[in-house]
Formats: sequence, C-alpha cells, structure tokens
Amino acid sequence: MRHDRSLLVAVLLNPGSVRSLDTAGWGLLIRQARSAQLLARLAVTLIEADLLEATPTAPRRHLCAILEVQLRQQQAVRWEVEHLVDALAERAIPLVLLKGAAYVMAGLKPGRCRLFADLDVLVPRARLGEAELALMLKGWASGHHDAYDERYYRTWMHELPPMRHIRRMSVVDVHHNLTPDTAPLHPDAAKLLAAAVPCPDRSDVFVLAPHDMILHSAVHLFNDGEFDHALRDLFDLYELVELFVHDLTDWQTLIGRAIELDLGRPLFYAQRYLVRVLELDMPAGLDAALGPLGPGAMAVKVLDALFERALQPDHVSCRSPAVDAARSLLYLRGHTLRMPPHLLVPHLVRKSLMRLRDFGEVRVIAQAQKADRP
Amino acid sequence: MKLHDLPPGELSRRLNGPGLGLVTGPFVFRINSASGAIASSLATLYPDFPVVGPETFVDFHVAVRSSGGLRRFVRKQVHFEFDSGLRPFKPLPWSQAFAMLEWGMNWCIYSHAHTFMIIHGAVLERDGAAIILPAPSGSGKSTLCAALMTRGWRLLSDELVLIDPEDGHLQPLARPVSLKNRSIEVMRAFAPESFISQPIHDTTKGSVAHMKPSAESVRRIGERVSPSWVVFPRYVANATTRLASVRKSDVFMSLVENAFNYSLLRERGFMAMSQLVERVSGFSAEYGDLDEVIAAIEQRIGVEG
Repeated sequence: MRHDRSLLVAVLLNPGSVRSLDTAGWGLLIRQARSAQLLARLAVTLIEADLLEATPTAPRRHLCAILEVQLRQQQAVRWEVEHLVDALAERAIPLVLLKGAAYVMAGLKPGRCRLFADLDVLVPRARLGEAELALMLKGWASGHHDAYDERYYRTWMHELPPMRHIRRMSVVDVHHNLTPDTAPLHPDAAKLLAAAVPCPDRSDVFVLAPHDMILHSAVHLFNDGEFDHALRDLFDLYELVELFVHDLTDWQTLIGRAIELDLGRPLFYAQRYLVRVLELDMPAGLDAALGPLGPGAMAVKVLDALFERALQPDHVSCRSPAVDAARSLLYLRGHTLRMPPHLLVPHLVRKSLMRLRDFGEVRVIAQAQKADRP
Repeated sequence: MKLHDLPPGELSRRLNGPGLGLVTGPFVFRINSASGAIASSLATLYPDFPVVGPETFVDFHVAVRSSGGLRRFVRKQVHFEFDSGLRPFKPLPWSQAFAMLEWGMNWCIYSHAHTFMIIHGAVLERDGAAIILPAPSGSGKSTLCAALMTRGWRLLSDELVLIDPEDGHLQPLARPVSLKNRSIEVMRAFAPESFISQPIHDTTKGSVAHMKPSAESVRRIGERVSPSWVVFPRYVANATTRLASVRKSDVFMSLVENAFNYSLLRERGFMAMSQLVERVSGFSAEYGDLDEVIAAIEQRIGVEG
C-alpha cells in the first residue's frame, strides 16, 4: 500500500511546488518540517532552488532563523573537531568522524542541512581505552551513568558511554564499531578504518569512504529503534547515494562492499525505501542484485507497511493510530536487532523500572524545592 | 478584530477548539487551553490585541493542557506543549496555567526567533528616546519597567529585547509586565489605576502577577524605535537615588551576558552588538524610591516628566 506523500516530502523533492502554496499551506509546511527536524533542509533546498527570496515574509523568518542555528552548529562542530584532533594527536590516534560531523568536515550537503548535537568518532577497538584516556585528559568525562549503564555500554555496545566536556559541554560518542557487539550484524571495523579518507584540505581529519558512509547511514537508520528522525536520515541517505552512486556498476561495487561488511540487509532496506518513499531513480537490473540481500517476501510486505508509515514527518498532521503503532513496533524491532532476547528483556524491564524511579525522584525534588521557598 | 470584540463565549470556544490566534507584535500565536484562568487572564490582560482566524500564518502553535490519567483528579497539573508535542518545561500545578503560558510564549520567541538578536531585559520609550533595562534577576528591572509605563512611558517589552540586526531597531511586543513577590504590592500602591491580575502563588519564581500594558503601548505596537540608552537599575531598600555612567565596554559585556542568542548569531551577533553599543550611552541607577529614580532618569535623558 502506498501512502499519500506529505506536503513536506513533496516540497523537498520538488521545491518549485511552493509557488502554489497559500498561507495555510506554508503554515503546514513549516510545522511539518520543524517536527521532522527538516526545517534546515527545507531552507537550504529553497535557497538552492532560488526560492527563498520569493517566500512570504512570515515563513521566511523561520527559515532564516533555522539557518542561523545551522551555521552556528557548523561553526561549533569545526571548533570541537580542532579540540578532538588535538586530544587524539598526542596518542597518534587518527581522528575518524562519523555521521553529522563527518558530513560537515567533508563538505557534503547533509552537513549543511541537518542539526545535530553530538560528535561521533570511530577508533580501533584495541585503542578504545587509550582514546578514552586522551579525551579525559582534555576535559571530556562520561558522567551521571550508574554501574548498570556503564556495564551496558562497555559489555554490549559499540560505543563508550557518551563523554561530555566539562567546560564546553560538547558531547562525544566514541565508537569502536557501527553495530552493538550483541547485534546479529558484525561489520569488520578494521576494514572501515583502513578505507577511511582524509577530508578536503584537512589531511589530519578522516571520514569513512563514500560507500562505507552510505552503509553506516543505512544501518543507523534501519537497525535503530529511534524513528522520530527517520525521515531526516532518509534524506541524508538520498543525497549520499546521489553523490556517490551513479550507475549499475557503482551499485554493484556498493553491494559487494555491503556483503563484505555484513551490511547487505540495511543496504537492501535503504535502496527499497529511497525508491518507495523518496522516489529516487535507480538503474535497471538492480532488483536482481539486491533481492537476495533482503528478507522473505512476507517479511518485506510487513516491513513496507511499517517503514512507509514511520517515514512520515513526525507531526500531528501526519499521525494516525497506524503510524503510532508502526513506530512502536519498529522501536521494538530496533531493540531486538541490538540484543538477543535473553539480554534484551531484562534490559528493557530494568530501563522501565529506572524510569519509574526517576519519576519518583523528580517529584521528591519538586517537593523539596517547594518546601525551600519563603 | 481585537480580542475584546469577540462575542461572549467565543474566546473560550476558540481556546477549547480551533485555537485562539493572538498577534503580539511580529508574532502570531495559536493558543489551545481548557483552563478557565487562561481565558479570563487573556480577556483582562490582552483585550486590545488583534485576534486572527485560520487564514493567517501562525508562528507558534502552543497548548497548555492538563496531565492525562489520574493526575486530572489528584493535584491536577498543567503542561506547556509546543506544536510537535515537545514539552520544554516540567509540569506545574494547574493554578499556574497562565504563568506557564506566558513563560512558554517567551520560550517560543527566544528559542526560535533568531532573525532578531534577543536580550533578556525590558524596553521603554518616551519622546523618541528608547531605554533598555538589562535584566539580572532581582535588580528591580520589572518593577522599574512597570513604574515607568504607568508614568507615561511606552512599553515595548518587559522580558525580551528584540533587536533587528539589519538596522539596530527595537521591535515592540507590548505583552503584560510580569511582577514578582513584593513588587506586586509596590505597584498596586504606586499605580492604583493600573490593572494587575490576581497573583499566582508558589511558582518557581514565587508569587507572580501581571500588569496590563498601557493602551498607548498596545496601540503603537507597530512602531519600532532605535535605542539610545541602556540603564542598569539596582534596587536597594532606602537608598538615595544615584546615577552613574557605565563605560561602553561594560555595557557591551553586560548585554552579552544577558543575551539569549548572541553567540548563536556569530559575527552577525558581534556586529549587531557593537553597533548597538556605539549608539547608546549607559548608566546605572541605584534607587530606593520609584518617583525619585524616574525623575532622575527623565532628567538625565532630557525628556519631559
């Protein structure tokens, strides 16, 4: 079943269509874009189509405002990257950036289109402890995690607990792989690191090789439980594919790399929903090459129903009981892809108990504050 | 159409249904709430503000809602909700709904309206002379702001100084002045003719009441002004009024400290701030008596009291 495209997706794919928007249409567009974390992308898309000047004043103010936020974040990322280079250089660990920061430093369009808070880096597993120490010496610390969280990250996850800088408050996630150790997919991180490429004009800052970047974006989007920014991530993928994969030969190289890295399944999903949700053109003959990477026909049908709902803008105008149910099921699916059931069930029980405890604490704090007042 | 032109019952109907479109200066809010306190506070504090129907572009969709579940019956709470369902604040007791709405509306502006440089402070104008009162809490800024307004100064804003980085002009909002704790009684005595809402007690800021903006402030809400003074008020009980010049470098740093988005605006923020500080003179005003300090400020600035 195909869903009606949201106004937001229609405009992002065909910016010229804003010319026919009335006031109500502009209102809905800005609301959908903000909720889906795609307002910055909308602004950049309209600028590139030379349509920002023609945008009515009221919505244009929101677009210009989000560009200020975006520019500030780009500046902040560059500044933090300098500090990371500095911290890791002392141990001669090369800085390999992932996701948002990588897009910014490599000068790729998604870097101009998205807002993000954390910096993600990839280090060799054998040097994880050294990298952590190097960052700690420069002021990053992993704080406020209890013993359970520590064990969760250090035993099962593919990253250290998030490290926050004590003065600048920037957060760094130090990864040693793209998927948790407990997940069914096991990409060989050494191969990713070996293929990493330097950024333009920055021989000391690395990002994943183009095809690896696509595969990481795909595994992050389709094997993670958080679907509130799924559409934003799908647009990032859309651009990476447009930039780096041009014809059937490129696709075959990408598929080969995906198989080599045990990331064939996420690539299958990426290609499928880029076509079905964002109508990206694909070369003929691709289905035959990708088909074997996917799940069975029945599973594909179910996942189509879920993903196509969850890949709507997360806004009240696009919400329905079916969309909410799809997001919940994908949330669960994401978790089952992170951990096998015998680890997952105790983990989720523990998480919900902790949430209850936190709720109790909040109330106690509120009451204490109240009692404090004159 | 103004809010007080709505037929009886229409205000509540909109708040409970499609939302009340309320225009405050450059921003259009659409407000949903079932709280009777919000309906009555809007009716008494915002009567002269324009209201708009569904055909107008809305900048901020906001709702003040009660918590779901059993919380509706036991110690009912209120949430401020932004369009996407985002709740930027912890819930408050139901009786504080209107204070929550005011804080929420401020939050909407200072966390989104980055086409302005936004400083925490008050702005007033008289005879074309605009003053900015930056706002460290407890400085007596809101009290002095309310007092100046009742003595014929036009209120541009009590909380948010909106500066257009293009030309340095200040953009009015003219929303109600929020008074805290003792200043509620002080202003009742100082300006008995002004409308002050019933205080809301036990908020995180203590007791809060709102003073209705003067008719002139709301009527001239479209008139931007260029700032000429920055005044740093400091209330000290029983002190004699003392004005003292403040160096431009100190004015600069103090405005930066009170700015919401100075660093977010990067070079643009620096340029806008530099131009602002070039244009203004700064002085501090230590005071213990409102009439005295108003006379002193008016004399210093050279406007008719």
